[in-house]
Amino acid sequence: MIINHPLLGPRDASEFVYLGDASLIDRPDWQHENSQQEFHNYLYLRDNPAGEHRELWFHEQGDRSWLVVTRNTLTHEISKVELARDVAKERGRDK
Amino acid sequence: MRYSGFKVLWEGLTGNRGWKPVWREPEPKESYDIVIVGGGGHGLATAYYLAKQFGMTNIAVVEKGWIGSGNVGRNTTIIRSNYMLPGNEPFYEFSMKLWENLEQDFNYNAMVSQRGIINLFHSDPQRDAFARRGNAMRMAGADAVLLDRAGIEKHCPFLDFDNARFPIKGGLWQPRGGTVRHDAVAWGYARGADARGVDIIQNCEVTGFVMENGECKGVETSRGTIRAGKTAVCVAGSSGRVMEKAGMRLPIESHVLQAFVSEGLKPVIPGVITFGAGHFYVSQSDKGGLVFGGDIDGYNTYAQRGNLPVVEDVCEGGMAIMPMIGRARLLRMWGGVVDMSMDGSPFIDKTHIDGLYFNGGWCYGGFKATPASGYCYAHLLARDEPHPTATELRLDRFLTGNIIDEKGVGAQPNLH
Amino acid sequence: MSQSHRIDGGQIDRSKTLSFFFNDQRLDGYAGDTLASALVANGVKLVGRSFKYHRPRGIFSAGSEEPNALVQLRRGTFQEPNTRATVAELFDGLYATSQNHRGPLKHDLLAINDFFSPFMSAGFYYKTFMWPKAFWEKIYEPIIRSSAGLGRLSGKADPDIYDKGFLHCDVLIIGAGPAGLAAALRAARSGARVILADEDFQPGGRLNTETYSVDDTAGADWASTAIAELSSMDNVRLLTRTTVYGAYDHGVYGALESRTDHLRDSGGKPRQILWRICSRRAILCAGSTERSIAFGNNDRPGIMMAGSVRAYANRWAATPGKRVAVFTNNDDGWRTATDLAAHGVAISAVIDTRDKQPLAAPSGAMIAMGSTVTDTKGRHGIRSITLANGQTIDCDCLAVSGGWNPNVHLTCHQRGRPQWRDDLAAFVPGGDLPTGMSVVGAANGALTLSAALKQGHDEAGSVAAGLGFKKTKSALPKAEDEAAEVAAFWHVGQSNARAWIDQQNDVTVKDVKLSHQEGYRSVEHLKRYTTLGMATDQGKTANMLGLAVMAECTGRSIPETGTTIFRPPYSPVPIGALAGRARGKDFRPTRLSPSHEWAENQGATFVETGQWLRAQWFPKPGETNWRQSVDREALQVRSAVGICDVTTLGKIDVQGRDAAEFLNKVYANGFAKLAVGKTRYGLMLREDGIAADDGTTARLSETRFVMTTTTANAVAIFRHLEFCRQCLWPGLDVHLISATEQWAQYAVAGPKSRDLLRKIVDADIDISNEAFPFMACGEITVCGGTPARLFRISFSGELAYEIAVPTRYGDAMIKALMKAGEEFDAIAYGTEALGVLRIEKGHAAGNELCGQTTACDLGMGRMVSKKKDTIGSTLSERVDLNREDGLTLVGFAPVNRDDDLKAGAHFVTKGNAATTQNDEGWMTSVAYSPSLGHSIGLGFIKRGHERMGEIVQAADLLRGMNTDVEIVSPHFFDPEGERLRV
Repeated sequence: MIINHPLLGPRDASEFVYLGDASLIDRPDWQHENSQQEFHNYLYLRDNPAGEHRELWFHEQGDRSWLVVTRNTLTHEISKVELARDVAKERGRDK
Repeated sequence: MRYSGFKVLWEGLTGNRGWKPVWREPEPKESYDIVIVGGGGHGLATAYYLAKQFGMTNIAVVEKGWIGSGNVGRNTTIIRSNYMLPGNEPFYEFSMKLWENLEQDFNYNAMVSQRGIINLFHSDPQRDAFARRGNAMRMAGADAVLLDRAGIEKHCPFLDFDNARFPIKGGLWQPRGGTVRHDAVAWGYARGADARGVDIIQNCEVTGFVMENGECKGVETSRGTIRAGKTAVCVAGSSGRVMEKAGMRLPIESHVLQAFVSEGLKPVIPGVITFGAGHFYVSQSDKGGLVFGGDIDGYNTYAQRGNLPVVEDVCEGGMAIMPMIGRARLLRMWGGVVDMSMDGSPFIDKTHIDGLYFNGGWCYGGFKATPASGYCYAHLLARDEPHPTATELRLDRFLTGNIIDEKGVGAQPNLH
Repeated sequence: MSQSHRIDGGQIDRSKTLSFFFNDQRLDGYAGDTLASALVANGVKLVGRSFKYHRPRGIFSAGSEEPNALVQLRRGTFQEPNTRATVAELFDGLYATSQNHRGPLKHDLLAINDFFSPFMSAGFYYKTFMWPKAFWEKIYEPIIRSSAGLGRLSGKADPDIYDKGFLHCDVLIIGAGPAGLAAALRAARSGARVILADEDFQPGGRLNTETYSVDDTAGADWASTAIAELSSMDNVRLLTRTTVYGAYDHGVYGALESRTDHLRDSGGKPRQILWRICSRRAILCAGSTERSIAFGNNDRPGIMMAGSVRAYANRWAATPGKRVAVFTNNDDGWRTATDLAAHGVAISAVIDTRDKQPLAAPSGAMIAMGSTVTDTKGRHGIRSITLANGQTIDCDCLAVSGGWNPNVHLTCHQRGRPQWRDDLAAFVPGGDLPTGMSVVGAANGALTLSAALKQGHDEAGSVAAGLGFKKTKSALPKAEDEAAEVAAFWHVGQSNARAWIDQQNDVTVKDVKLSHQEGYRSVEHLKRYTTLGMATDQGKTANMLGLAVMAECTGRSIPETGTTIFRPPYSPVPIGALAGRARGKDFRPTRLSPSHEWAENQGATFVETGQWLRAQWFPKPGETNWRQSVDREALQVRSAVGICDVTTLGKIDVQGRDAAEFLNKVYANGFAKLAVGKTRYGLMLREDGIAADDGTTARLSETRFVMTTTTANAVAIFRHLEFCRQCLWPGLDVHLISATEQWAQYAVAGPKSRDLLRKIVDADIDISNEAFPFMACGEITVCGGTPARLFRISFSGELAYEIAVPTRYGDAMIKALMKAGEEFDAIAYGTEALGVLRIEKGHAAGNELCGQTTACDLGMGRMVSKKKDTIGSTLSERVDLNREDGLTLVGFAPVNRDDDLKAGAHFVTKGNAATTQNDEGWMTSVAYSPSLGHSIGLGFIKRGHERMGEIVQAADLLRGMNTDVEIVSPHFFDPEGERLRV
C-alpha cells in the first residue's frame, strides 16, 4: 500500500507502524463517574467496519508523524490522510 | 455409508458407482432448536457434537457460501496444545485429545499427523519463557520437551546452525503436535452431522437476527426467516460484521493472515518448525508442498488478500533458518480474514441478548481449536453453562481484567 | 543423437551449438532454444512422470503453463526442482534429469500405481487408512509421504544470491506480445515513463511463434524493430525474462527478473532480482493460454497443445512429430496443420468437433468434421489415435486445441471475478479490476492480431492522455484479423478410457464426476476434493475443463457453476528471491555499540539482545567456564569497580515548557516535582494497566529531561510517547527526540567507582557524596573538556554512576575508564554479571516485565499515583488485577543450598501435585550469587508477600526437577540499600 503523507507525499506503507481505530485519540476523562467502563469501551471496543475506517499509522521510518488515514477495509482504497495532531486538536484534545 | 478400506476396494472393482453424497442439500425448515450461523470448521463441529454428545438433532447450520469456505479452508493445518496460561492450555489440550480420536469418531480420514512441533528459541530469556510454557503444558497433562541445540540438530540437521543472525539455542518440542488435512475436517464433521439429522444449508446468508422483546428468536436469511430457540454465531473472520446486525460491538479487529505453499517436493521437513526470532513457521504436506506462514499484515481489513512486505518478511524468516529452501518455489499465496481479539484469546460465551450465543476471536489459531471449540460451544448451547475447559473465554473479561494474554502485548490485536 | 526433429527456419542461432545433458544423455541444441525445444529437436518424447499414477509424460506446451515437462535442473547445491523445461533457456553444459520415478524414467517401478487407479479415485484417502488407528502414522502415512512431491531440494543452503529493488513508472505494461508492444510504443512516444515486462527472453509473444505479418513485415521482425525503438528511448525500461507475478494494492506489482538462470554459471552475480514496481497505471497484455480437450488417454507423450506444436516449428525450428494429427474445436487449430505442412511436416489428419465446412488444409491430410478423438495408443509416445467412428489414424504427435483462455490471472489478484463470454467460450476480465489496471489484447478477449494491436494502441493513448502526457503521432500497426471462430467443446463423451483434465495431478473426467456424485459440487469443493488445479501449473490448462465438466454434471451453465479465483503468484517464485539478501548474518541489521571493537579486542563473548550485540562476559586467561568469568566480574563490582556498556538502553530527550507535565502523564509515578539535577526511577503502564517498561529519567533543566527505557522496548516506547504527545495531548509544549544512537553510556559500579571517576571528570566538577548524592545528575565535562552527562544511579546496588558521552567519544571513553581504573583493579563486566547483580538486588527486568504483570505484582503498587491522570491508572484498578490472591514478586532460595534453580519452573504448595489447578506462579529469573554462595531466584507467586519463609516446590517437569525453595525477600543483597548511598 502507498500512504500519501500530508507533509512528505506518497510513501510505502512498510515505512509505517499501524495502531488501529482513530478513536483511540478520544481518551476518556479519568474522573468520569464510570471511568472504568469508559476506558474499557475506549480501549477494547473499537470500530471494526467493513468499509471506510479511520485509523492511526505512525511514520516510524520517516518523520515520526502520527497520521489518521481513512481507508476502506474492503478495497484498501485510501481516501484521506491527515496529521493526527490536527485531528486531535479539532477534537478538542489541546484544551 | 461407512467408509473403509474394504469399501474402497469394492467400489474400485465396481466402477465407483456406489458412493453416496456426503451431505444432503435440504431446504431450510421454518424453525429449529438451534441455528448455527457459519458452516466453517467450528460451526460444523458444534453441530456434530450437539448431535452426537448432547443428543440434539433439530439443528441447522447456515452458511453464506460453501461449507468450509472460511478459515478451515485456508490455513496452515497445524495442531498443537503448546499454550501457557491456565485459561487456555486445558482447552487446547482437550482439543488435542479430540483430534487424536477424531477419524475413528467421525469415520473420515482427516490425516491427523502427529509429527511434532518445535518452537525454536534463540536467547536465554526466550528459553526461560519457553520453560515456563512447557511446564504449564506438562502440568495440564500435555506433552512438552525442552531441547537444547544438539537436540534440535538431531531432529532438523538442515537448519542454519553456523551462520545464523540469531543462533538456534534450542527449542520447545511438542511431539503430539502436527498437522491435519484441513478441508477434510470440515467435510468429516459435516458428513457426521448430516448423518445424524443436522440440516446443512449452503448458499444461505444471514442478513439479520429475529429480535422479539429483546430476545433473539432466529435469523433472517437470503433464503427466508429461520426461527430458532437458540442462535449460535460462529463466523470468525466476519464476527464484527455479523454481530453488528445484533447491535453488538466486540473486542475484536479483523485482520488478514497470509499463508503460502511451495511446489511439491520430496520430503525434507519432518514436522512443524517455528522460528523464534522472526515470523516463519513451516510444515510439509502429504503431497510434498511446504506449507508456511508468518505474521499477519497488521491493519484492519476484510479483503482476503495481503501485501508484499509480509510475503517477503515471511520468506526472509524461512531463509534465515533453513537456507536450503531458496530454490524451492512459492506456488500460491492467499489471505484469510481472522478475528484478532484484544488479548489474543478467543470467546465462547452467551451474549447479553437472550438466545444469542457467540463463538469467535480465534486470531490466527482457530484451526487447532476446532474440535474443542465445537465441543465446548455445544456444551454451552445444550446446558447453558460453559464447559470446564472454557470457563474463562468470556466476553466480559476485559471489564474485570481477567485478561488471557499469552504474548503479553496488551490490547493491541495486531501484535498477538 | 543428432537433432532428428530439427527443421528449417526459426529464430535460433545455428552458429552456436550448445551441448546439454538430459538423464545423462548428451544432446545438442542451439542458442535460442529452450530445454524443451532442444528436447523436441532431438526427438525426445518421454520427459517425466505424473504425480499420482506415474503415467509417462511428454512436453505439453511451449510456455509457463507447462504441467508435464518438469525437470530437476543443474547439480549439487545448485539443483532446482520442478523447473519447467519450456521456460528454461538452453545453455552449454545444461544438466537436467527427469522427476518422480523410481528406477529409470522408462521403467518407473511406481507405474504400478496406474494399475491400481480404480482404487485411487478422487479423495479415496479420506475413506480409508483409518484402521487400525496406529497404522496411519506408522505405515500408511510414511508410504504416502515417501511418494509425495516431484523434485528434490539439495538439502544444502542455496548458494546463489538474490537482489531486490524498487522501480517507479507512469505506465507498467505487462507482456510484450503484439498488444503490449503496440501499447508500449504509443505510451513511450507520448513521453510517459514506461516499464515493459515480459517473461520470455525474446519479447514478441506470439509474434515470434506465428506466421503473422505486421505493417507488411514478418511479425517477429516487426517485434524486433519495435523492441529496438523502445530500447533506444530513455523513458523506457525493458525487462525481459521478467514475470510480473502479482498485483497488489495501490498500483504496486511484484515482478521477478531472472538474471543468470540462462547462464551456466552466475559468476557471483545475483541469480534473480525481485522488483516491487510502483505504477500510476498498468496495462495488462498477458495474452492467452490454449486449453485442451478431454478424451481417452489424452495424456500420452506427443499429445500437445496445437499452438505449442507450431510454436516449436515456427520459432525453434523443431517439430514435435513427423506425422502430426490435429484435433480442434476452433479455427486456430488449423493453423498448426498449415504451418507444419509449410515446414514440410506430414499432416495425417485434422479432426474438428464442429460440423461445418472445413478450412484450408494441407494436402494429404484426412479431414474429419464433426468428429472427435476417443482414444490413443502408444505407451512412451503416441502412435495412433482412434476416432469416434472407430477409424484409427497413425501419428507421432497429436496437436490439440480446445480454444484459448485469456490470461486474466492478475485481474483476479484483488479478488476480482472474471466474466463469461459465450462467443469465446472463455472467461474475460470482469469489471472489478485492480485500481489503475486496464486489460487489452488476448488477455481481454481480443484473440486476433489486428484487434490486439488496436486495443493496445488505443488504451495506451487514453492512459497517457489521462496521465497528462502530450498527444504525439503514433500510427496504429497494421495487420489482418485471422480466423478465430470457436465452438465450445470440453470432453469426448464416448471415450471409455480415462480422460485427463489436470495432467500433473492426474485428475480425470471420472474424478470430477465422482466429486459431483458425492456432493462436492461447489467449484472450491471440486478443487479441494480432486486436487484439480493445485499442481505447479496452477491449472492453467486444466481449470476451465474441470469447471466445464462439473457444469455438465450439474446441468448449469459454466458461469453459474462458478469461477475459480486466481491467486498470486502468476507463476511460481523462488523463496530465495522473495527473501533477497536478508539471510544468514544479514537476516536483520546488527547494531553495535561504540565500545564493540574494544570489547572484541578484550576477547568478550557477545550475545544478541534484539538487534544489538552486547558483551556477555569477558573471559580471562585460565577461565574455562563462563561461570568463572561471570562470578569474578560480579564479585569485582561488589568489592572494587566494574564498567559495563549500557549504550543499548533507549534514550529519549524530552524538552519543552510542559515536559514535566508530559512525563507526569506517561509515568505511573509522579514526575512533576522532580528537581533539576535529580534523577528518578519511573514505571510506565500500558493503558490496560499492565506494566510496560521502566527506567530512569533525569532532569537536566526546567525544560529538559533525559529518559532511559529498556533496550528491548526502546522503539515501542518512543512510538507510544509520540502517540501521547501528538494524539492525546497535542496542546502540551513538549518535543521528543530518540537519542539512543547519539550517546555512548557506561555504568561505573562498585565501591571504587567514585575514585575512578574523579580521574575522569574535569577538575572543576565536584562528585563528592555531598555535592553529587545518590540520584543526582548533571551535564559535565570529562578528560579535559569533552561534554558528558553523569547520573548517580545504580542497577547493581553498589555506589554507582552512569556516564554518557557523545557516541563519537564512546570508544575513547571506555579506554579512558579502563585506564583510569587500573589502579583500582577495575574490570569490564558483561550482561551476565549485570544480571547477577540485579537479581541479587531484586530489580525487575525483561523476564519480570513480561507484559502480563501489574505494578502490584511487581511490588510497586504504591508507586501508581491515584492523584493524577496517567496512562493505565484507571484500568489498573480493575477487580481481577487486584485480587487478594494475586501474584507478588518475591525471592526464592533453594532449601538445599547446592541445588540449582531454573527459570520457568512453576511453584506448587508443598505436598501438592504439579497440576494446572495447583499452579501458584513461576520462577522468572535465576542466577548463581557469588556473594551469597548459592543459587537465587526471582519469581511471582500468589500472595507472595504474606508467605515469607514458606517452603514451596519449584516444579520443573521439563528438566525433571522438583526443588524445595524458600520464599524470601527479593532483596538478597544489602536489603537496606546502604551501599549505594555512601
